Parts: sequence; structure tokens; C-alpha cells
Amino acid sequence: MALLQIAEPGQSAAPHEHKLAAGIDLGTTNSLVATVRSGVAETLPDEEGRHLLPSVVRYTPEGVVVGEEAKAAAAEDPHNTIASVKRLIGRGVSDLKTLGDRLPYEFVDTDSAVPRIKTVAGPVSAVEVSAEILKVLAARAEKTLGGPLTGVVITVPAYFDDAQRQATKDAARLAGLNVFRLLNEPTAAAVAYGLDRGAEGIHAVYDLGGGTFDISILRLNKGVFEVMATGGDSALGGDDFDRAIAEWIMQQAGIGGDASPQLLRSLMDKAREAKEALAQQDTVEIEVALPGGGQWKGQLDRATMNRLIEPLIRKTISACRRTLRDAGVRPAEIEDVVMVGGSTRTLRVRELVGEFFGTEPLVDIDPDKVVAIGAALQADVLAGNKPEDEMLLLDVIPLSLGIETMGGLVEKIVPRNTTIPVARAQEFTTFKDGQTAMAIHVVQGERELVADNRSLARFELRGIPPMVAGAARIRVTFSVDADGLLHVEAEELSTGVKASVEVKPSYGLTDEEIAGMLQSSIEHAGEDMAARRLTEQKVEAARVVEALRSALATDGDELLDAAERQRVERALHDLQQTADSASDAETIKQAIEQLEKTCEFYVERRMNSNIRKAMAGHKVDEFE
Amino acid sequence: MAITLSEAAADRIRKFLDNRGSGIGVRLGVKTSGCSGLAYVLEFVDELNEDDVVMEDKGVKIIVDKKSLVYLDGTELDYGKEGLNEGFKFNNPNVKDECGCGESFTV
Repeated sequence: MALLQIAEPGQSAAPHEHKLAAGIDLGTTNSLVATVRSGVAETLPDEEGRHLLPSVVRYTPEGVVVGEEAKAAAAEDPHNTIASVKRLIGRGVSDLKTLGDRLPYEFVDTDSAVPRIKTVAGPVSAVEVSAEILKVLAARAEKTLGGPLTGVVITVPAYFDDAQRQATKDAARLAGLNVFRLLNEPTAAAVAYGLDRGAEGIHAVYDLGGGTFDISILRLNKGVFEVMATGGDSALGGDDFDRAIAEWIMQQAGIGGDASPQLLRSLMDKAREAKEALAQQDTVEIEVALPGGGQWKGQLDRATMNRLIEPLIRKTISACRRTLRDAGVRPAEIEDVVMVGGSTRTLRVRELVGEFFGTEPLVDIDPDKVVAIGAALQADVLAGNKPEDEMLLLDVIPLSLGIETMGGLVEKIVPRNTTIPVARAQEFTTFKDGQTAMAIHVVQGERELVADNRSLARFELRGIPPMVAGAARIRVTFSVDADGLLHVEAEELSTGVKASVEVKPSYGLTDEEIAGMLQSSIEHAGEDMAARRLTEQKVEAARVVEALRSALATDGDELLDAAERQRVERALHDLQQTADSASDAETIKQAIEQLEKTCEFYVERRMNSNIRKAMAGHKVDEFE
Repeated sequence: MAITLSEAAADRIRKFLDNRGSGIGVRLGVKTSGCSGLAYVLEFVDELNEDDVVMEDKGVKIIVDKKSLVYLDGTELDYGKEGLNEGFKFNNPNVKDECGCGESFTV
């Protein structure tokens, strides 16, 4: 008979309608799947009892192999064995140049914006490779739970942009999975420790993996985690600890830099074993077979190892300090520090992190599994296995979204850190008389000028009925779904003509670029505002010039004599010149005021003339 | 009238209750639904209802409503593994027929 789990009160499922859900940590090096059974969130092992699935996919003429077997074949079949595909997902061909040197794969030349890797099974994209990993994890979950999954939660780095999130979702769809939502990795780690049920406060998530380091500062506010800042080092991790220890062994054993790759590989393994042993004991014996025969035996104690790796740990602490500064938070304001990633098992890491933040870091949950466990808890809630009063955790958008307005300025429509899903609308109007189309340029970022932000999409709204400038009403609606994906729609309200775009940008940003974008918005806040005011005044000057020109064309000859007309035109010319050359907003503003003063008499005459025209043929008492 | 727990089931329930941090015990019950008429209910209990009967076995409180008890009397709750899958099993002497999957049954 079927095996049952204990449900929350009143949440027992009808037979065959179990709401099975899983959380998936789709990692660069390893991936995991976890689920909640009888109220306990656990990662799920395969038949051999292994929880971690190496994120490696090998294509062979016979089929696809994923995990340990694929990883073992990486050395002999590097072109068909794809590792670290997460670094490629959602990236365009042009991004490859920045990653290219480190990738051993051959890429297929195509016209498509999505790079494809050449394998014996034909060209494959990063989305397809990721889908293979997801399929294996989902199959493991379904076997373990005894039924099909209703949905999954997949974690992604907090700095993933729309393209990378969309590509991750596409991979899940390709694997036949229903994605409840994507969840930020640091948020998932915080959820695993139940920080979302705690009081409001600021938390840090310190994630030190094998090759990467990420630090995230999260604020819990009304049940919502907002990412205040992220930082880190994409080339610093536990492997660097191993290298430092291996170099020490080489020094002690008198092995030169000309050692064979095999020996270096084995030294790295010895170093890792020593590091792991020193998390439990004070000293460890090391034995190395020397190249010319013979053996070296030595002892490494914890104090010596700490001395070797401390400079590396200090580097992560510096990154923490910078990230805190970005978030505008002092270390003492951090309530909890969640430790993620296998390298946080090293005791010295815990000590130095604890010292810096002045609080004992949270280490009770296996740091390799904590993200998957958080995702599983969230999936369980989203599947509907919890009573309704359990609040649904929300996520926020990492960078502001807006559109370009006249003069290359950004009008932010959805500010950064807005909780999702969200829909926001704003009305815009035409700039010129008789304008029948409007170009909508969707941008992402914190800066005031379009040029400093990231362009996401462009589309055009056509069929606006000709009207005077400023009369048309165009509503632009931004909606961001629960996964952070964006839909933008523009509608002219009098006719109902619409145009829209689904943002699925083909190019991604690197982690450094995202962090850089956030930081530069803070650094340049002052000059950005000045630039914005300058541009606003320039646009205003252009509008005044445009309006005056159109007035002169209509009734200039009728209302002005030659001398007057010359005066007005000179003033017009002066303003145009000032607007073109001025470098501060105030000068232009004064020039606009000057022009308005000069033309006051003309404006007055126009008004009188218009009133006369309007009243012509009417009796005075009609207006009473 | 009695319902019992196997050693393995009692261990698990204690662990799950401990992990949950709250709850009086575990509810066993039946409800009408499913392909063969009745389906099992297995839930944590935070509050007792008026018609609940509370029993205890191996240190675990078992809560059953009076109506369900008729169908469950003599049942032993067990915990076991089948491949990767693991979970609770009702060994119910009252069952005459169950659907292929065993999730629902008739008495």
C-alpha cells in the first residue's frame, strides 16, 4: 500500500491528490533536491545514498549522462562533458568573450543570440544542459515521494538578471517541471533557518563555496526579504584554501614547481583531506609519495593551517565590509549571519566571520544543503500544504525598471526592492503636435540617465490619433510576475491602441556589473541629479522653442510687426543657443524665463486674439 | 478498542513532533473519498475536537475521532521504506478491499 506522511491539521490530501513539491538548488558545481515530509525538510539522496549531484552533463552517442559518471569522464572527453553550465545560462554570444578563455568547449557559429556548444549529440544550449540536470533531480524526487511533482521552487543567485532567470525557467519547462517560482539563494538560506518567521531585522548570508564567494545583506520587512546589497568574489573559494595548503606541503617536502600535473592533483587532494580533518581535530598526519621514489611524512596543525588560509579569509571579510557599506549598515546591526557553502565548515572561517559581525554565525544546518532546504520549505507552502495563515514569503526585484523619456532621462516605474508580483502604471504624453507614434525604451538600473543603465527592450506604439502636444494620454503598464519576469504594455487611452513587449533580454550582466551598477548609482547620486536637472531644463527649453515656433507659424505675421517679430526670433535663437551650450540647469532656466518675459506681449496678444475669435458671432450675454 | 504504533512509527512521530516544535500528538482517521470509498487521514494535532478519543502508545498520543475509530480499531501504524520512498503504513484488520494503490479502501 501507499506510504503516507503526516500532514498539517486539516491539510490531508485526498487519495492520488497529494500536493508533492520539491526545492531545487541548481548549483554551479553541485545540485540538490529537497522536500518536506511529515513537517521535516530534507535533501533527498539517490539510490547510492549521495545527496549532491555534480552539475556535469556528458553527451554521448548513446545518450545523456548526468552527475558523478559524467564528472569522472570530464578529463577523457572534455568537449562533450559540460560542467559549470550555470556560468553560461542566460548569456548571449557576446558575453562569451568575457568568459571564453576559461571554457574548454567548442561553440557552434549561429545567427541566434544564444550560444550553442558542439557535442557528439549535436549542438546544445545552456538551457538544454540545465534541463538535463533538473530532469535527474526531479526523477529522484518523484521516485522518493512516490508520485508526480505538482511544482518546484528553483533557487538562483540574487544577482541573476531577467535573462538568466528566464533561461532558468525555460530549462525547468524543458524538463517538464512546473515552476512555482524562482527564489534567491540567500533568501532560501534565511528561510531554512526560519528567519522569515522571526522579528523584522537585517541578516547577512555568507556563502563560501569551492570557487566563489557571495555575501548578501537581507532585510526582513513585513514578511518580505529585500536584498539590500550583494557582493563577493567570483574567483575565491575553498579551492584556494587547498592550494595554499598544497603549496605549504610542497615547501615542506621540497617539491619544486616543476612537479607533474598528477602530483599536483594528488597534493590538492591531500590538502583538502587535511583541511577537512582539521575541522574536527587539532593536528593531521600527511604522507606524500615523492616523484623520485620515497615518501615525505609531516604534520599539519590547525594553527599553521589557519596562518596559511587567513589572508584568504580576510579577503572575504573585506568584501563583507564593502557590501555592508553599500547597504548602509554597520556590522553591529546584523542580527544573524547564515553560513552557506562547504567551505564555511572551516573553523577559522566561522571564527573570523563571527568576530566581524559580532554574532555567532548560524551553522546548524549542513551548509551544502541549506539553500535546497529553504527552497523545499517554500515549495511546500506554495503547493498548498500549509494552513492559509502561514504567510507566503515574497521576493523583490533587484534593480529598478523604467522607461526612457525625452532627453535620455529615465522615468522609474517600478522602483528597486518592490515586492513581486507587481503591476504599476504611469501615464505619458506626446511631445510634438500631431505625433502619431511613440518609441518605448525599457531600461533597468538605478542611474538617472538612460546611457548609464541597461537597455532591456524597445518597442513602438503606433496609431496615436494626431493631437496637439501633451493632449494624448498613453498609459504604460509594467507587470513583473512572481519570477521577476517583466511584461510592458503601452495603451493610448482615447482609441485603445496597444503595443506590448515580453522582456526576455538576450544578454546577461555579470555579477560584478550588477554590483557595479548598484554601487555607481550611489557614488554618482549627486552628479546624476545635476545631469537630470540639466536635461530636464534642456527638454523644457526645446518644448518652449517648439511651442513658440508653432505659434509664430500660425499667427506671427498677423499679430507682430517686423521689428517685434525680429525681437521674438532673436530671443528664441538666444534660448536655443543657451540650451545647447549651457552646462548647468540654472542658466537654461533663467534663459527660459528671459524668453517668456520678452514674449509676454505676444502671448497676451495671442490670447486676446483667440478670445476675440471665440467670441466672434456671439452676443456678450451668452457668456454671462 | 485500541490503535497501536510499531516501534519505527513511534520513533518517527516523536522525531517529527519534536522537529515541529508544537502539537499534542498525531491524528489517525478516515474520510469518505477515493476510488474505494474511504481514505486515511494522518495529521499533526494542535487542538482536540469534542468527539476525539485520545490514546497513548510508546509515549505518543494517538488521537482518533469516534466515527473513524469504528473503521480503525485494531490498526497498527507502521513506518517503512520502499526503495527511495518512505512513509507510514496502516495495517488495518478491518479492510476488506483496497484500491490498487492502497490509498483508499472499503470495510
